[in-house]
Amino acid sequence: MLSETILEMKDISKSFPGVKALDSVDFKLRKGEIHALMGENGAGKSTLIKVITGVYEKDAGLITLQGEPIHFKAPEEAQNKGIGTVYQEIMLCPNLTVAENMFIGRSHSPVVNWKQMNEKAGQLLDSLGIPASPVQELTSCSLAVQQMIAIARAVDMECKILILDEPTSSLDEDEVHKLFKLMRELKARGVGIIFITHFLEQVFEISDRITVLRNGKLVGEYETTSLSQIELISKMLGNVLEDITKIKKHEPIVSDTSIPVFEGIGLSSAAGVRPFNFVVQRGEVNGFAGLLGSGRSESARAIFAADKVTGGEVRMKGKRVKIKTPLQAMKQGIGYLPEDRKGDGIVDDLSVRDNIILTLQVLKGFFKPFSLKQAQTFAEEYIKKLNIKTPSPNTPIKSLSGGNQQKVILARWLLTNPEFLILDEPTRGIDVGTKVEIQKLVIKLANQGMSLTFISSEIDEMIRTCSRLIVMKDREIVGELKGTELTETDVMNVIAQGGKNICTN
Amino acid sequence: MASVNVFKPKARLSNSNILFLIAAVIFVVMYLFAIISFPNSFLQFQTFFDLFNLNAPLIIMTLGLCIVMIGGGIDISIGAVCGLVTMACAVFLESKMGSVWGAVLVALGIGIAFGILQGYLIAYLEIQPFIITLSGLFLAQGLLTTLHKDPINVTMPAFVGLRDFDIVIAWLGTKNRLGVFIPSEIKLGTVIVVVLLVILASLMKWSRFGRNVYAVGGNSHSAMMLGINVKRTIFITYVVSGLTAGIAGFVYIMTTGAGNVGNAAGAEMKAIASAIIGGTLLNGGVGNLLGAPIGTLTLLVINELIRAAGVQSNFQAMVSGLLLYFFIVLQSVIMSLRDRRRFSIALPPWLRLSGKEQTGDQREP
Ligand SMILES: Nc1ncnc2c1ncn2[C@@H]1O[C@H](COP(=O)(O)OP(=O)(O)OP(=O)(O)O)[C@@H](O)[C@H]1O
Ligand SMILES: [Mg+2]
Repeated sequence: MLSETILEMKDISKSFPGVKALDSVDFKLRKGEIHALMGENGAGKSTLIKVITGVYEKDAGLITLQGEPIHFKAPEEAQNKGIGTVYQEIMLCPNLTVAENMFIGRSHSPVVNWKQMNEKAGQLLDSLGIPASPVQELTSCSLAVQQMIAIARAVDMECKILILDEPTSSLDEDEVHKLFKLMRELKARGVGIIFITHFLEQVFEISDRITVLRNGKLVGEYETTSLSQIELISKMLGNVLEDITKIKKHEPIVSDTSIPVFEGIGLSSAAGVRPFNFVVQRGEVNGFAGLLGSGRSESARAIFAADKVTGGEVRMKGKRVKIKTPLQAMKQGIGYLPEDRKGDGIVDDLSVRDNIILTLQVLKGFFKPFSLKQAQTFAEEYIKKLNIKTPSPNTPIKSLSGGNQQKVILARWLLTNPEFLILDEPTRGIDVGTKVEIQKLVIKLANQGMSLTFISSEIDEMIRTCSRLIVMKDREIVGELKGTELTETDVMNVIAQGGKNICTN
Repeated sequence: MASVNVFKPKARLSNSNILFLIAAVIFVVMYLFAIISFPNSFLQFQTFFDLFNLNAPLIIMTLGLCIVMIGGGIDISIGAVCGLVTMACAVFLESKMGSVWGAVLVALGIGIAFGILQGYLIAYLEIQPFIITLSGLFLAQGLLTTLHKDPINVTMPAFVGLRDFDIVIAWLGTKNRLGVFIPSEIKLGTVIVVVLLVILASLMKWSRFGRNVYAVGGNSHSAMMLGINVKRTIFITYVVSGLTAGIAGFVYIMTTGAGNVGNAAGAEMKAIASAIIGGTLLNGGVGNLLGAPIGTLTLLVINELIRAAGVQSNFQAMVSGLLLYFFIVLQSVIMSLRDRRRFSIALPPWLRLSGKEQTGDQREP
């Protein structure tokens, strides 16, 4: 294959107040290649692509598209030049229909032809196997479907370059394969693809070349085949990652017969989970496994009353309690890190510090605010503990990289020190190094007596941390795995067969 | 996911449409109720037409306001601009060079000028729309009193002819007590309402601009990333709203025939109420222009009903207020039910409490 360069970036620099996000970075994309952009949280990956598409203006450097210097001032200009982009945070309008979200801002005709647009959208959705109807409002689609729609939008068949910033973070395996199939087709057509992800296996499966960034600086460009996973990690982190297999799994402190910390009987919610029973022992790490849409998150939300609770009763340490709102749940010592950090978690304009102390403040009551010094101490403690990359605790959270925002939300819950903490996809969008840190933290917290429920799309991660896995399918619990049964194949089998009586005990 | 592929979700009604439908149903029910309670007035076609004939300016203002609100903004200067236009037209028509077409130009010019000024400040300098249009309201009021303090009755013959012009619908009418058939009459203002409604509703549904307004109101940051020129879109919404306020001013004076300091005073509040009752959400992105006249008429019919029942006029204001509460709560309930969210009142960013208090928001787990 001829490797003609379509996009070349030279000496790109970009600073934000207090951070040098990009420091004379070079990047080269060739025709028909899939080029992975790798680096820790806050390394500058998203910034690099936003500089290409004109969301940010670069401070210095030169970008050429097929030999011609370009300088986009707004995303629409990049789009017009054939650069399709899927940003890390899903950038779609919730109140428009699926079809509109796919075509708005792209057509130049002053009149909207609904029929033609819906037909085109329908074909595209079908060809990508996206389970959505063109005339549906976007809000009624799940996060994963929205992500696929954002991809479908970017994949104009005429595009020259496709940029995908962590498109797979909320997709499950089937959808990832669909996406990869599509990427290969585009590649064969000569489209250059920039692919950002924190899933190393995906990088090795699909990419031809890898460019690694660290702290805004270029580490190097490599042929994927010339690099091993360990080498890639050490290039990203700048040091060698300690072996993850060393994480010591932890067994509950107390026996099954003692009074459980949390006991839910026949819980159900307006989000449509079937009534389920769920018991958590002190110091236990358990998990909900299942495919996207299996009801993992919905069950967690039902426990925390994040969706309207429609039935069931709850006992905390044997005592019956009423939990109808998240605040009541919090007061009972339950914490919940939501899956959708953009919708449920961060308060955009508040500082990192205020975002961290937020929940604790709510629990304490607004009329008794923390002193600035106290808040500062809390914030600094967790910024250090979770290795949050921020210029200062005062920085607004919206200017942090995606992964670092996720860490801030995690810090918020850890600070409240709940008795029972539910973590829904806590490692989404988090780099390999920090992922291991978080897994270690989970075990440590459990050793100190906290009970945790862990929800993740990555089964190996759950197997590494959980002593018990509850498997869900179609919004129902279909099995439970413990001890030696906890292997990836076993879990996959239960999910696939949805067999009630396979492994329940 | 494999199982999900088989399942094709059914398209449900969009929020805009469901709120519009509710508004329409409530209006029809209310009107039927009015007919049953007061058949001799509400059963006459003329009563229905008079709702339009007498309130055309309000409906026209509401149309423009709805567009601004769908884009996520607010315009509270429209009543004052409308009032200013009536006075400016009156002064102009009574002057030596007065002409009807000139007055039309004066009206459109003033409206567009306000729209451009406010739109520029809001869209390009990113100042809160509430503050800018509040300033616009004071500015227009000041200009109005500077222009002329006393009422002016326009006597120019061409204009008086226009004022008294009625379109008679010969086949639609009612017999009076003496058994004489009285045909219905429609004022020019009503025709303008219908024309504008068709134009603007089509604009919002079928033009690129209209859809961009929805996108910007839904999520302006996403809209920008989707390649929409957000600033220009917001700018145009205010120009349209200024323009409709100007047209409303001309229709106003065409109906009353006089310039007066009190003309259209407080109309912006009625327009906001009408827009909300018609299903346009205060926080943007949701609304249907056909809801604008429905909202206005609902508000008016209620007031008529109260008047017909012989209740004091201060009750009218109170009932309008309660009605507004009812609609805002109803809309919020519907939206939260549909999103499977916990109930919270939907508020636009410019009305939300700043910083810390916002965290009391129920969405914050
Ligand atoms: N709008 C902004 N204002 C201020 N600082 C910013 C802004 N956007 C990014 N930064 C900073 O620039 C640095 C690089 O951020 P970037 O989003 O590019 O990281 P990333 O590599 O995409 O990380 P992640 O894997 O977490 O998404 C971070 O330190 C971040 O705090
Ligand atoms: Mg990023």
